[in-house]
Amino acid sequence: MKRIDPLGSRLDLRHGCVDLSHGAGGRAMSRLIADIFHASFDNEWLQAGNDQSAFNVDGGRMVMTTDGYVVSPLFFPGGDIGCLAVHGTINDIAMAGAKPLYMSASFILEEGFPLGDLRRIAKSMGDASRAANVPIITGDTKVVERGKGDGVFISTACVGLAPAHIELSGNMARAGDAVLLSGSIGDHGVAIMSRRENLSFETEILSDTAALHDLVARMMEVAGPSIRLMRDPTRGGLAATLNEIAQQSQVGVRIEESAIPVKPQVAAACELLGLDPLFVANEGKLVAIVAPDIAQELLAVMRSHPLGRDSARIGTVIDDDHRFVQMATAFGGSRIVDWLSGEQLPRIC
Amino acid sequence: MKHVDEYRDGELAFGIARRIAAEARDDRSYRFMEFCGGHTHAISRYGIEDLLPHNIRMIHGPGCPVCVLPIGRIDAAIELATRSEVTLCVYGDLMRVPASNGSNLLMAKAAGADIRMIYSTLDAIRIAEHEPHRQVIFFAIGFETTTPPTAMAVRLAQKRALTNFSIFCNHVITPPAIQKILESGEPGAVEIDGFIGPAHVSTIIGTKPYSRFASDFHKSIVIAGFEPLDVLQAILMLIRQVNEGRAEVENQYIRAVSSEGNRKALAEIEDIFEMRESFEWRGLGEIPFSALRLRERYAEFDAERHFSIVTKQALDNPACECGAILRGVKHPRDCKLFGVGCTPERPLGACMVSSEGSCAAYWAYGRFRSSPKPSGRRAAE
Repeated sequence: MKRIDPLGSRLDLRHGCVDLSHGAGGRAMSRLIADIFHASFDNEWLQAGNDQSAFNVDGGRMVMTTDGYVVSPLFFPGGDIGCLAVHGTINDIAMAGAKPLYMSASFILEEGFPLGDLRRIAKSMGDASRAANVPIITGDTKVVERGKGDGVFISTACVGLAPAHIELSGNMARAGDAVLLSGSIGDHGVAIMSRRENLSFETEILSDTAALHDLVARMMEVAGPSIRLMRDPTRGGLAATLNEIAQQSQVGVRIEESAIPVKPQVAAACELLGLDPLFVANEGKLVAIVAPDIAQELLAVMRSHPLGRDSARIGTVIDDDHRFVQMATAFGGSRIVDWLSGEQLPRIC
Repeated sequence: MKHVDEYRDGELAFGIARRIAAEARDDRSYRFMEFCGGHTHAISRYGIEDLLPHNIRMIHGPGCPVCVLPIGRIDAAIELATRSEVTLCVYGDLMRVPASNGSNLLMAKAAGADIRMIYSTLDAIRIAEHEPHRQVIFFAIGFETTTPPTAMAVRLAQKRALTNFSIFCNHVITPPAIQKILESGEPGAVEIDGFIGPAHVSTIIGTKPYSRFASDFHKSIVIAGFEPLDVLQAILMLIRQVNEGRAEVENQYIRAVSSEGNRKALAEIEDIFEMRESFEWRGLGEIPFSALRLRERYAEFDAERHFSIVTKQALDNPACECGAILRGVKHPRDCKLFGVGCTPERPLGACMVSSEGSCAAYWAYGRFRSSPKPSGRRAAE
């Protein structure tokens, strides 16, 4: 077989321009990050390709992350852009097995945006940060002219304390490792879509937006050294996360369709809209790649936590030079689960 | 999920696969074309080929409307969209279809064209009503399945006396394309033993239009639904026809398809559209009487007339094998561009564009034949 660049064709830096697929969490976004940002900022931390970076300071090891939120609509079943920004940022720190400590938040507001809505968003952020015990200790506010923004964009940062002597990273998966998932997939994406202007449909599905650091802390207590890596499958869904892991760790991943929890309402909405839940975003789920001997025990621990009640072992890491994610279908066949091409739907987080 | 899970049952699939393995004769091969991209997609998504004996080959046909749309029409749409007064409404899967000079609608949108992704023709009508100063054009595309919603939009626009709504009509007709494939007689083309007939298209046109392929060309045809059990059952029915020397139109999809089709939809199509004398299909070339345009009395809603659109001939990348692949002559792996210059992100050829295209399906599924296999159950082994 021909050697195929896993990120597809290179960017056309001379004539090209940014399009929506560059923000969708698929191969186009990975290509943009590699060709423009990694190329310009090049350093060992970025090269690791994680959603956060760890670095040494006097007396310990810190983790830092930053994140931007442009979700549309701003308010959706189960949450809003405010709590989403807090949860998502905390989760990026938690996926390093770290304890999130402090957050920053900066706001880009559009002229004309209702103050009542802004207050509602800020209150939701405050509530979420207090519940998570991660205070927002600094911030910034800018206002742009009408038409130059879309209501409100939020960008955040967070620092945390990394576990001693344990390094979780995307390149640590090994053949034989178990793939654990902390619950049902697609809830957030479907909740957002149900409120899209031209798509609105009735559903009881709520976004799964949640801060996962407490669940992670329990997992680290029980199995810290046996957890190779964790990721929260947000944009691009479970499919993108598993493909990233396969690329970074240079392995294959084999999953069982029948083992992946999908709520019936989510399955039905996806069926209607022609979407595949594997590609739909989550905001309160994690994937953990763990040593096989600890998988059962860890699964029990995850299931005992309210945010991991529906945890399941969904697959296994395998040797594969092609670094494919394969799925045994519930139908009895098998297929590749590729990255998402282009965007399924814009602006989900 | 009720009314869906029943048609995706792994145990039933295993049962049918066993019957297929038992009834397929060892001393011959079977080559079936699934015309529709919906079937191609089901075959790849559920791994159906894993359940078939090796002497049954599925040939992926040209029934993917995005794939067969010629480059010149996409060029024309981009040209339309870049006019300052125009809002172009399109179905999402058209956004990445390659135009000439490496462009596509997604890039045209990024460069400033007012292009909006919609889910329904009603969205386009709504935009036209809410933004009366914009010229709203709906990029109409698809086989007989998507023609009735376009017809309905034209009817609504007429009733509501919209003067800023028109359609860029690219609707095509299924039977002439099947005929073209059967008549091609191209060297290297595999002899097709039978067809899995269209699902949704047949809900509109019924089973009758296929009868001449059975009588005149002696081909077995089974019209089937898009669920994986539908496809497996259709393959079993085709094998039985071939083994018994029958060439008939059978209907596996009786829960949705009648012999007459949807008369109301057909009457509406007949009233609003007329046949073009000829239309270019990407990969298949010009096919006479294979596409629709608005009748003269609806000319005010015809973007082609209103904006004097001239479709220029544009050539595919010379190394692209889509044409041969769409005709069943070549396989995606035979193409030099596959996976190198042509990927789902930056498709060069039509078959890579839609998830229903045969190159995209092979990218998403077939590549992995050289990788370690997951534990799919192969009934034939």
